Amino acid sequence: MQTPADLTTRLMTLASQRFDRPLAELHADDDFFHALGIDSLQALDLLTRVEEEFDVEVPDYELQGVNTFAGLADVIARRL
Amino acid sequence: MARAPVNEIGTTTLAELEALVAALRDGADAGTVRAMILHSALDSGFCAGADLRELYHGVVARRGDGVDEAAIAAEVRSFIDRIHAVMDGIDQAPVTTIAATHGVVFGGGFELALTCDLIVADKSTRFAFPELRLGLVPGFGGIPRLEREVGNAVVRDLLLTGRTLSATRAHELGLVSQLVARGEALHVARHVARQACRFDGATTRAAKAFIKPLPRARLDREKDLFCELFASPVVTEALRRFTESQDARPYLP
Repeated sequence: MQTPADLTTRLMTLASQRFDRPLAELHADDDFFHALGIDSLQALDLLTRVEEEFDVEVPDYELQGVNTFAGLADVIARRL
Repeated sequence: MARAPVNEIGTTTLAELEALVAALRDGADAGTVRAMILHSALDSGFCAGADLRELYHGVVARRGDGVDEAAIAAEVRSFIDRIHAVMDGIDQAPVTTIAATHGVVFGGGFELALTCDLIVADKSTRFAFPELRLGLVPGFGGIPRLEREVGNAVVRDLLLTGRTLSATRAHELGLVSQLVARGEALHVARHVARQACRFDGATTRAAKAFIKPLPRARLDREKDLFCELFASPVVTEALRRFTESQDARPYLP
């Protein structure tokens, strides 16, 4: 069983590798659009990689109002 | 296809697709075309669908010129008839057709991919029908073609939520014929096309006519429904919001 903190860390690790940002510079409560400097097309790509990494399906309307790594980890946790 | 930002289908692209369909038909009849691949040269994706900005500005300009609503509705109907003729032409082309996809395959782009016999999708592909956000339904023949491929649970989920679907999931659902690594769709599609060219052309023509009937009545009904809905002020307002939006997330529902 993974804690929410574990999930958030896995998510930030994935994002740091994909978008070439140092993991140390990412924080659970960061706005990931801002922290990663990504646009909506890249956000779709992040969603695809999240689905692959966690083997879940995340309907993207659930991401409305979700801007932080911790918030995204919550959405993923409900689908694991 | 290579029209930034994501191969939006407006009047220019429509004319190009009409020329493609004519070339496909002539080539198939002459025996010089045996397969076709649709692919985007842009990183952003395969196709984001109808050119909503052109559509919105066109409608606003016609109203500004004092053109009445019935005449505008007739023009929309004429555009829809033309795009349906293109989609049906690709769908029923007597050669093997392949959509090699990556990234965004939304709305009319998804409808275009669904006209092809096979979808070869790289893992970055995301399919969606976001039309309900605009007060519309897909109007380029996408609903009957999706119904032809997958079950009602999928059709309703995609239509009624507007969500995107990954290539991996679409492959599990039987919508994608071949799932490939990122950046490999065109390469793999060329192998498919070469394989298709090894068979007798008349046999391919007969086989395709047998396995891929056109859902004629449903296509006609979809055109009517789209045109009915398009007349609503809800659509103009949604198109205005889309066109004027500064939203940083236009590709997220």
